[in-house]
Amino acid sequence: MNRIGVFLCWCGSNIAGTVDVHRVIEEVRKLPEVAHAENYMYMCSDPGQDLVKAAIRDKNLTNLVVASCSPRMHENTFRKAAASVGLNPYLVEIANVREQCSWVHQQQKDVATRKAYNIIKATIEKVKRNAALEAIRVPVTKRALVVGAGIAGITAALDLADAGFETVVVEREAEIGGKLRRISRTFPYHEPADAILAPRAEALRDHPNVTLYTSSEVTAVGGYVGNFDVEVATDPGDGGPPETRTEKVGAIVVSTGYDLYPVENLGEYGGGRLPDVIDGLAFEGLLADSFRNGEPVRRPSDGRPVRDVVFIQCSGSRDPENHKPYCSRICCLYTNKQARLLRDRNPGCRAWVSFMDVRTDCKNTEEYCQQNIEERGIVYVRGRVSRVWQEGDRLRLWTADTLTGEKIELDADLVVLATAVVPAAGYAEVSSLLRAGVDANGFFQESHIKLRPVESSTRGVYLAGAGQYPKDITDTVAQAQATASKIQSLFANEELAQDPLVCRVDPDLCSACGICVPICPYGAREVDALAGFSRVNEALCEGCGACVAACPNKACQLKNDSMVQVVGEIEVFAAEEGEEDYTCAC
Amino acid sequence: MAEPAKTPTAFEPRIVAFLCHWCTYTGADLAGTTRQQYPPNVRVVHLMCSGAIDVVYVLKALMDGADGVLIGGCHPGDCHYQSGNFKARRRVAILKNILAQLGLSADRVWLRWISASEGRLFAETVREVTEAVRAMGPSEFKTQWDA
Ligand SMILES: Cc1cc2nc3c(=O)[nH]c(=O)nc-3n(C[C@H](O)[C@H](O)[C@H](O)COP(=O)(O)OP(=O)(O)OC[C@H]3O[C@@H](n4cnc5c(N)ncnc54)[C@H](O)[C@@H]3O)c2cc1C
Ligand code: SF4
Ligand code: SF4
Ligand code: SF4
Ligand code: FES
Repeated sequence: MNRIGVFLCWCGSNIAGTVDVHRVIEEVRKLPEVAHAENYMYMCSDPGQDLVKAAIRDKNLTNLVVASCSPRMHENTFRKAAASVGLNPYLVEIANVREQCSWVHQQQKDVATRKAYNIIKATIEKVKRNAALEAIRVPVTKRALVVGAGIAGITAALDLADAGFETVVVEREAEIGGKLRRISRTFPYHEPADAILAPRAEALRDHPNVTLYTSSEVTAVGGYVGNFDVEVATDPGDGGPPETRTEKVGAIVVSTGYDLYPVENLGEYGGGRLPDVIDGLAFEGLLADSFRNGEPVRRPSDGRPVRDVVFIQCSGSRDPENHKPYCSRICCLYTNKQARLLRDRNPGCRAWVSFMDVRTDCKNTEEYCQQNIEERGIVYVRGRVSRVWQEGDRLRLWTADTLTGEKIELDADLVVLATAVVPAAGYAEVSSLLRAGVDANGFFQESHIKLRPVESSTRGVYLAGAGQYPKDITDTVAQAQATASKIQSLFANEELAQDPLVCRVDPDLCSACGICVPICPYGAREVDALAGFSRVNEALCEGCGACVAACPNKACQLKNDSMVQVVGEIEVFAAEEGEEDYTCAC
Repeated sequence: MAEPAKTPTAFEPRIVAFLCHWCTYTGADLAGTTRQQYPPNVRVVHLMCSGAIDVVYVLKALMDGADGVLIGGCHPGDCHYQSGNFKARRRVAILKNILAQLGLSADRVWLRWISASEGRLFAETVREVTEAVRAMGPSEFKTQWDA
């Protein structure tokens, strides 16, 4: 016989302002197996929790329903409180009477009161069949794997290796370094990109804790947080078949970076057709040549030093109808930098920037930008360029100044498109191999935009760099270091506790039909032919319930969310009495 | 719960909703946080994923007195478990056939994709389902049995 305790929270007036909390408790007390029921102003506060703990002790409660805000808010709070006085935390369930009752039926006090009562009653049906569960413990392999060795991957790997953890780095190019290898000097202090990259790349190559695989890709991933098996394939470079090896690691960093939106997609600007219409990285290459040779910046078509250059910002960004809807974040700043460096390298040349807004959201960059405009005479023209075409050996552009309304025709010998930043080619394969979700634009999705910015949707898979969203070097390095710290806190554990709300099989009911095996998205099911039933690998099971619904014999059930429990809830809701006087004001 | 004496009023549909943890349940919470107001006819059963919807659950709800069932999952491509919502879609298609054979209108079962950020859409959906089921009248199960 259960001794169930029910605790109804007022949440100040958030619940009590709509639900008659006294009447509900009065009625709940009459339900079978309810040994104790009370309400309180703020159940999650310290005195509220003390009241719960005292009742568990004094009334020998065996299961609890806390009727309050959504379980997403305080389920943990009350489970911890119960555990602190010796009640198994999995014997506590939350009845959601705020988000899904009092807040959405504010004008219907009677109806909301009965609905709250019914939600509690259904939750009692569930909790009375809950089992006391123990967290599943799995060991942690304290090695990490980093996919992509741009400045993000290099930084994360070095931090981990310096902390004493073996780190495997997989880079698909023959050289590490990513886009920094193609950038000349960096805003806002004009430090050569190579001065940032080279020492770190060398430290990575020489680090005793780092295993570096270049010309390599990840081809298969199995396992779960703390225990991944990753297959890495390396191109031997002689035309032979790739060599593959399997690395055992506990955590994975996705730092695959970005590409630029192809200039070919910007036909109106002559992208891909006109040799002197190039993207930002190509212009970085021209700048780098100029610094290296001590000569002016020359254009690609005929090698002539450039005199008039037009930079077009937001090329393919912030254009939801035709291209990408988002702001690529880095191009305002690198365009300003490029125009400034150009004026330094080619004295007497002219630099125009066509822009919609100038966004300078990084430290010291607003000052940098203003200074370049004022002191170097870069001309900013607000508006969208409508067309670029070739006339003789010159380029001509049409644009409208949206500030003055004036239509402007410009003449140039080089046009630089600040094309949108897009996820690196191959992101979709990486996403599906690692089960790390991406957003609508293909950028890797963080688990929570504010609170878990470097964790992916799969536990043990972390994010760093421009593959998550466009970033400058400063933000990339900060995020890579955050990721490395997160992994170090994971590696501070010898074992990990996993939620025990997984699936379980009743060998007597299971016919070993194997239907559950392909249904499971995590490969957690396996038919044991010898034993004659299907097993669950608890460390792999995520508790989704897909196999449960598919099993023709009802041989598998989710722990603490079994069919009997769900049916118990349904019975309360579907067979509810007294619905006739529901009045709907909506 | 004991009720005061009441005079019979217009038919109020009973709707049981099965909502997946990661999207629609969270969207329903957001409807609350943003104080969307919707008809109180809906009762929510929490599932980890819409792919956990069992034909038995829906039939049980309808046989026990529900007039409509709403299943809410993540948008295609967004299921936390990759493909649970596609499994739900296939199962609901089969279920609708069974319902027709049982003499119950297949339109009483609704499958909707509502994300964690679509609180307003959740409220609108509850309104839409409630009104549609109200227009259909009480479940054929009830009217057949009463007759
Ligand atoms: C024109 C231009 C100028 C810029 N100037 C500046 C500047 O002045 N200052 C500044 O702060 N920032 C600047 N940036 C931004 C800077 O380039 C980025 O902040 C930085 O490169 C991001 O580093 P990352 O490691 O995240 O990505 P990346 O540099 O793109 O590196 C990603 C790495 O992952 C590898 N990879 C990708 N997919 C796979 C895969 N499937 N398997 C294995 N390896 C893979 C790639 O080969 C690459 O080596 C500029 C950007 C552009 C376009
Ligand atoms: S950073 Fe600037 S140029 Fe780039 S998309 Fe955003 S507003 Fe446009
Ligand atoms: S589907 Fe059910 S009966 Fe078939 S093997 Fe899996 S658990 Fe056993
Ligand atoms: S509950 Fe989901 S994750 Fe667990 S074994 Fe079944 S299908 Fe796989
Ligand atoms: S988790 Fe929402 S549908 Fe699968």
